[in-house]
Amino acid sequence: MTLQNNNEKTNKSKWRNGWDDKSFNIIIMTILIFMLLIVLYPLIFVVSSSFSDGRAVMTGRVVLWPVNPTLEGYAAVFRNNQIMIGFRNSLIYTVVGVVLNLIMGILAAFPLSRKDLVGKRFLNLFFIFTMFFSGGMIPRFLLIADTLGLMDNPLALILPGMMSVWYVILIRTYISSSIPDELTESAELDGCSAIGVLWRIIVPLSKPILAVIALFCGVAIWNSYFDGFIFIRDGRLFPLQVVLRNILILSNMDPEMMADIRGAVNRQAMQHLVKYAVIVVSSAPLLLAYPFVQRHFVKGIMLGSVKG
Amino acid sequence: MTSMKSVSVQRRQSFKRRLKRSFPYYLLLLLPIAYLFIFHYMPMWGLQIAFRDFQSQTPILQMPWRGLHYFEQFFSSALFWQYFRNTVAIAFYSLLAGFPLPIILAICLNECRFARFKKSVQMVTYMPFFISTVVLVAMILQFTARETGVVNHLLEFLGFNRVDFMARTQYFRHIFVWTGIWQSMGFNAIIYLAALSGISQDLIDAAKVDGCNKWRRVWHIDLPGILPTITILLILNISSLVSVGFERIFLMQNPFNLSVSEVLSTYIWRVGVAGGNYSFSAAAGLFNNIIAFALILIANFTARRVGETSLW
Repeated sequence: MTLQNNNEKTNKSKWRNGWDDKSFNIIIMTILIFMLLIVLYPLIFVVSSSFSDGRAVMTGRVVLWPVNPTLEGYAAVFRNNQIMIGFRNSLIYTVVGVVLNLIMGILAAFPLSRKDLVGKRFLNLFFIFTMFFSGGMIPRFLLIADTLGLMDNPLALILPGMMSVWYVILIRTYISSSIPDELTESAELDGCSAIGVLWRIIVPLSKPILAVIALFCGVAIWNSYFDGFIFIRDGRLFPLQVVLRNILILSNMDPEMMADIRGAVNRQAMQHLVKYAVIVVSSAPLLLAYPFVQRHFVKGIMLGSVKG
Repeated sequence: MTSMKSVSVQRRQSFKRRLKRSFPYYLLLLLPIAYLFIFHYMPMWGLQIAFRDFQSQTPILQMPWRGLHYFEQFFSSALFWQYFRNTVAIAFYSLLAGFPLPIILAICLNECRFARFKKSVQMVTYMPFFISTVVLVAMILQFTARETGVVNHLLEFLGFNRVDFMARTQYFRHIFVWTGIWQSMGFNAIIYLAALSGISQDLIDAAKVDGCNKWRRVWHIDLPGILPTITILLILNISSLVSVGFERIFLMQNPFNLSVSEVLSTYIWRVGVAGGNYSFSAAAGLFNNIIAFALILIANFTARRVGETSLW
């Protein structure tokens, strides 16, 4: 009797479990599909609009796929000198900035990862304190514009961001957790100098974390606009994002782009089309590069999360 | 006695030796330290202008001392307190709405059994992270435009009136917070996914054997397993509360929504750099930074007490 009763109970609980698991799976799939659509739809809409007839975009006839497909918007974007100059400038700022960040990052991280460094505690504090307290916007602006006199100088976009303590900590954690001390010690016993160890052992073995940081840092520099907006007045030095702000948010269109378009409505339609095309063109480099580096990206975040 | 002496001599020698051995490392540190000194510690020294009258082309120590004059000025200004409230409202709204979602997304992804679907969701939800602030704001403006925006086309289609979203104060916070979540949710989920993948399979199997269903496994295994990660990220989020996405908010502002969209950091910029009132805005900035610093200390202390996890 009791045995039977027990059996019944387990059956019942198994059944309940099965049902609960089913409800769980259904809810999870619903959430995932919902999140997928919410994120995906605006992206598809932007791309479709950039290929559509400007009037169709304005009047809401573009819902999912392009209407009356055309490349007019893209033609106008590539005719625009400002955007091309912005592209070139941002490419330079990004490459130089990334290289500097990697050099500075490893120069700082390698000594800080040594166990026997004299004054290590103080040095750590010196570095980490800057992450939690800063002079703020005004003293920073006065330093760069006034004291250093970097107004309208590309260095104003490069020097202040040439190092990040956050990257230093990522590299330091990577070195001390995945490069065995024995390796560097034996190299030192063989007469290798500190610089030799850095160049021959640390740099080659830190390549994964350096790749990830190059990526993080590149995205950050490519996408930043604010320093360009406050420190650069000369249009020939504008980074891409400042050019984008003028076109997309202030709607200052270059007359070149609108040259052969007659009529107010057509002009307005063209403006919308150009905006969507600009959005696609300016975001494309990062989005296209992303699938190739995704693996590293995820790995890097995991490395960073190993310890705070 | 002699042995003690020899020990101390040895120690001194070894200290000397360690110092000598450290020397090349100091050389390597020279540039990074110079960088930190110039771009991080000099602005801290420059914070004195909050207590002085700013004069251009004058060494900072020779600018006239005003004490707490500028602090009194902004503490007694009604606008300042309005912007302070705006900052707090946006910051807490962002935190409350934005913090749990990446965790939910990560748990769903972790439990999803269709590998390819899981991969596509991950891929798509990370994508907005690569979109720049300028482009994101441009998209918001395009979509919400009164006559031409897709959101308004939809509203009209459903029989509602068109709304000028960016000019109405009541919508600003929602638009700001939810578009921020749209952009960062997938990216923030990565770190939780990493933590979830570190939970031991044995634990999960044992729970299965004990007849735990999936709801219970999430509640009793997954969540406690990623609790340290959650704590760390919560501390980091709290410490950046007061900076509330300055760059994005700045681009989303217009004269019509300024009464809710102006936050401390944009106000400091407007009064300081744009208005040339350096001392006043440096004082407001210092207040801002002290709050941020206090928040991180409190968050870290609480986390250490409650969860035995902390940043340092």
